Amino acid sequence: MIMEISAEGVRSGDERIIARVISQVENQRQQVFPLLKELYRSTELAYLVGITGPPGSGKSTLVEKLVLSWTAEEEKVAVIAIDPSSEFSGGALLGDRIRMGKISTEKNVFIRSMATRGYLGGLNPAIFDTVVVLSAAGYQKVVIETVGVGQNEIDIVRLADTTLVVTVPEAGDEIQTFKAGLMEAGDIFVLNKADQPTASRMGLILKQMLEMNDSENHSSDNSDWEVPIVKTVGTEGEGIEELRRAVMQHRDFLSRSQKERYNRSRVIRNHVVHLMEEFLRNHYIDPLLESPVFQEILAGISARKTDPYTAVEQLLKSFNKEQGKHEN
Amino acid sequence: MSADNIKVLIAKPGLDGHDRGAKVIARGLKEAGMEVVYTGLRQTPEQIVKAAVQEDVDVIGLSILSGAHGELFPVIMDKLTESGRNDVLVLAGGTIPDDDHQKLKDIGIREIFKPGTSIGKIVDFIRQEMDE
Repeated sequence: MIMEISAEGVRSGDERIIARVISQVENQRQQVFPLLKELYRSTELAYLVGITGPPGSGKSTLVEKLVLSWTAEEEKVAVIAIDPSSEFSGGALLGDRIRMGKISTEKNVFIRSMATRGYLGGLNPAIFDTVVVLSAAGYQKVVIETVGVGQNEIDIVRLADTTLVVTVPEAGDEIQTFKAGLMEAGDIFVLNKADQPTASRMGLILKQMLEMNDSENHSSDNSDWEVPIVKTVGTEGEGIEELRRAVMQHRDFLSRSQKERYNRSRVIRNHVVHLMEEFLRNHYIDPLLESPVFQEILAGISARKTDPYTAVEQLLKSFNKEQGKHEN
Repeated sequence: MSADNIKVLIAKPGLDGHDRGAKVIARGLKEAGMEVVYTGLRQTPEQIVKAAVQEDVDVIGLSILSGAHGELFPVIMDKLTESGRNDVLVLAGGTIPDDDHQKLKDIGIREIFKPGTSIGKIVDFIRQEMDE
């Protein structure tokens, strides 16, 4: 069967085409740019919900239940489930589907697992491009799920309009070690597995931390938004309705306060920066790393005939000259 | 296509609850640089094929120990064809009697790996097939 990879194909909602275009976004980026240009201009971006938290906190289960609550209202929802790539092999184990069995065959749900692929300096630009594709395909909400441990994850979360940070009672004092950025990135905190005996104590710790955060950050993005703590038992579906309502309230807050526009312009700015970095890496830096000239320079630095600082200045000059050639 | 872009779905159709083997394979393929989607236990043919389509995988590895391969595998292969993904390389493993191998190959399952197969052999097989 031959597939028509085109803007119409994506908009038609054919899952095979959407899936193949996302693969191109991941693997053959240059080839897919013409299609992305067309899709972006004619598409309003979906509402982005980020969800993060430590491994085993129940993120995927919560996503499953939340998505069900949205599809019950006839919404089309996509999930991008992100797992880290191995630094050694480059491979990845993508296991988020295990806990999403109930939505895996829903007709209005599209789930895609993605590996981080070890992007230097932050976010894999393919994630934003995937959001563009899914939006064009008619998904009104896109959930981005990621394990909340490092800087990379915080960057992913910052893509979202509404970010849920999930924690569990047994996390205890470990919550103190949450990266500062993660505490600030959370628009809604979810205390999952709230049926455990230590849940109320954990709720208190969370509340104190959020208040502390609040008094330290008068000028932060969320200064007029009171970050709620929603208690859930994901496996039982308890608290999902409250969570759904909290997401809706945050969305209302964003559009009322014009913050949605501000959020979006920051996301777009970041994406443009990421695309430029990607271009520079592909066209200038990577080819250079392969070249014998670069090996000579490195040898020169080792022998202290030159130094890293002078070497970089000279390399940048040669980039500029090459750029000049392109323009003429 | 380079090896690190190979995307594999490891799926467990049917009702047996033994996924040690599937997990060992998933890990092994990951360590060989592949991106492996693992769907968990007791997947229906619909779930497996839907996952294969949405994830746009190159390879599906079916692990089964319940003896229901004769019932489930043909359904999976039919559904793959229906959804236009009969180009996927489908492999099987688990406890599948030798007598059944040819029947499964006839419906399009490229290879059946018996218990005791080394990960290296499976990795080599996948890479070779992907190169063609």
